[in-house]
Amino acid sequence: MPVNQLTRPPTPAASADAPVLQLTGITKRFNGIHALNGVRMTIRAGEVMALIGENGAGKSTLVKTLTGIHRPDDGVIMLDGQAVSFGSPQEAMAAGITAVHQETVMFDELSVAENIYVGRHPTRGATRRIDWGRIEADAGRLFARLEVSIPVRARVRDLSVAQRHFVEIARALSQDARVVIMDEPTAALSQREIRELYRIIEQLRVAGTAVIFISHKFDEIFAVADRYTVLRDGQFVAEGSLADIREPELVALMVGRAVHQAYPKADVEIGAPLLEVCKLSHPTEFQDVSFSLRKGEILGFYGLVGAGRSEVMQALFGLTNDVRGSVTLEGRAARFACPSEAIAHGLAYVPEDRQQHGAHLMLPIQHNITLPILSRFGFFSRARAEAQVARRFAEQLELKAAHLTQPVAELSGGNQQKVVLGKWLATDPKVIILDEPTKGIDIGSKAAVHRFVSELVERGLSVILVSSELPEVLGLADRVVVMRQGRVVREFARADASPEAVVAAASGVVLEVAA
Amino acid sequence: MNLLKQREPLLALMVIALILLVGMRAPVFLTTQSLANLLTDSTLLVMLALTQMLVIVTRGIDLSVASTLALSGMVAAMLAATHPELPLALVMLAACVTGLALGLVNGYLIGVLALPPIVVTLGTMSVYRGLVFVLSSGAWVSAHHMPANFIAFPLQRLFGLPHLVWIALAAVIAMACLARHSRFGRDLYAIGNAPHCAAYIGIPSARRLLWTYGLSGMVAGLCGYLWVARYAVAYTEIAYGFEFTVIAACVIGGVSIAGGVGSVLGAALGALFLSVIGNALPVLQVSPFWQSALTGAVILVAVLLNARGNRHRSRQILPLHQPEPTASRSATA
Repeated sequence: MPVNQLTRPPTPAASADAPVLQLTGITKRFNGIHALNGVRMTIRAGEVMALIGENGAGKSTLVKTLTGIHRPDDGVIMLDGQAVSFGSPQEAMAAGITAVHQETVMFDELSVAENIYVGRHPTRGATRRIDWGRIEADAGRLFARLEVSIPVRARVRDLSVAQRHFVEIARALSQDARVVIMDEPTAALSQREIRELYRIIEQLRVAGTAVIFISHKFDEIFAVADRYTVLRDGQFVAEGSLADIREPELVALMVGRAVHQAYPKADVEIGAPLLEVCKLSHPTEFQDVSFSLRKGEILGFYGLVGAGRSEVMQALFGLTNDVRGSVTLEGRAARFACPSEAIAHGLAYVPEDRQQHGAHLMLPIQHNITLPILSRFGFFSRARAEAQVARRFAEQLELKAAHLTQPVAELSGGNQQKVVLGKWLATDPKVIILDEPTKGIDIGSKAAVHRFVSELVERGLSVILVSSELPEVLGLADRVVVMRQGRVVREFARADASPEAVVAAASGVVLEVAA
Repeated sequence: MNLLKQREPLLALMVIALILLVGMRAPVFLTTQSLANLLTDSTLLVMLALTQMLVIVTRGIDLSVASTLALSGMVAAMLAATHPELPLALVMLAACVTGLALGLVNGYLIGVLALPPIVVTLGTMSVYRGLVFVLSSGAWVSAHHMPANFIAFPLQRLFGLPHLVWIALAAVIAMACLARHSRFGRDLYAIGNAPHCAAYIGIPSARRLLWTYGLSGMVAGLCGYLWVARYAVAYTEIAYGFEFTVIAACVIGGVSIAGGVGSVLGAALGALFLSVIGNALPVLQVSPFWQSALTGAVILVAVLLNARGNRHRSRQILPLHQPEPTASRSATA
């Protein structure tokens, strides 16, 4: 496993100094659920720390805690030996902690130079007039230092994704940061741009800046980082030097557990292929995606966030233009031009973003459930029939609500999700696509959703389960399709889908041990 | 982007071309007197468009400007009528302070309580207009109640131009500095471009919005006095519906209703353009019924020009270049 042969200069002696940043016992709860529980981390000047963990392990929450977006419920953040507490992102920045976020924080209509200094424009004179000359000159100097050429007067809307990232890095550098956090900075970069990024990280290291590097790509982690901290389920798992560990061991630390929860896996006869997708491609989102779904089957789709799973599902449901490839449903061509066509042919798609795409929050529960099937009711008998249908699905899903005329907005996240599921079930689909059905809902509701998924196949439906929660996918799916960077990289039968093998496939790691 | 850059010169050219075109049909339109009238007539619209521009840049809207103007104007007129001994400056200050207070109410509801601007200002629009009735009991304050200097001030000349024009000019310069050269102004653009990102960067959005609507109210208050004095009458329906003309001026001037885009020069030229049309159509003896339809058509054309590609943007997930074979990957084969 010759990953370490990628050139890595020796760490400067500065790293022997006292830590720049030291976290102890960081705890953060949302609605009583621990997102972080007693997390610790130590990082020295001129050190690159890889923060490693699965989706939902708490990395992003930790970043938000460090940058003043969230306030920890418990624990101490020590910066240069002083306990600090940030009430706002601005305070964190002023103290010297900056982050290059996964989703770029950019102002499209403003110039490149202004984007770097926005919110803290330098002014001069008694009139506090903005010093545009200095802004543009300083921005030019920053890019010169980074050795990238971006015109400082260009509008950010005209930049490429990579250029936006460099603008963000320049913003971080412009504040003389002690700690720079990079949250998956390479996600949208080409190989050449990634090498430029490595060079910039090296510059930071030499300048004595501490860098926290978050990535799912192990080759990158080994190429740029000195040490690692592993989080799992919001808890600290391990730390150490990357010189002393190899990829498979890191994967094991990340996954760490057997699939402990008992999943209600129904014993269902799996029938003939129902939905067959062949070489589905899109210009920018995915390429050559092929898979088949059998009757009565639960097909899991696992991958890192942004691997293109949802995009494939949206294409199947007729939400995307520019798609090539073939799709057949029960042997007939099924490339749908719009969702209503897909629904009519027995497809249902429960989207990831419940609040935006799934439920009509202001409408009552019963109108939400009957919305896609309104044409089935007569004009006059509508109210009673609607209530009946709604009641049937509400009972099936153990919906907890005061009454069915309550607006969905008043329900908890888990119950909102049940309403959305009920709505799609009412369309009587053959295939139901669930996109992150348990994201952000409490444990009790999660179990109800899991039970419900197995009931679906017992009833003869076929399910595509897109989920970033590994135990959920492994516990429920008959087969697991793994996507990475817009492509299907592997398909596992249930028996072969070990947590390590699935995570390794999703992160692009090759395990030496024979699976 | 090029179109955006050239927008203001283009608009200036259109204003000039329109004036010349009208002049060809009706030469009287090109006399110094007529042009000076045009400039004077446009001043209030220009000033209101400037602050409305700032509001729209933050993704907001202020529908209550005309009502604020009416209420402040009524306050100024009644104050001057009942206390003719008060110095004019104090009366003007009273109008400004009234406007500021009304604007801050909007700003508090929108900035601090985070209520939607269109709903808040739709509500205050009616409330403020209603208060004009309450305050005046529906009665007019007419010219013979007002002190002479109260009425004379707006049209009094200084270096050959009426005070109105000088005040509007000062407002244009002040707003240009505010929008381009102050942190306050730049923050408004950041808020309008990406409200969530603005919070990440640490921009105090609530405070900025509070004072933006406050400023909008204050300028409307000043315009309230100027309006009442200029037309020498204060009544309950002053400037009724004028908020839409103000917003139209902004839209024509290239201010994006979606927020984040707009310039002082654009808003001022948009206001000037509408004033030219408003003054030219009667000169050309176009029926008043057509005037409204024509103004509307101009606004629609402006919106069409403004509409930028709103296509569904797909994400870049596939690697931009084929990954180079690295040591770890070659082991897969």
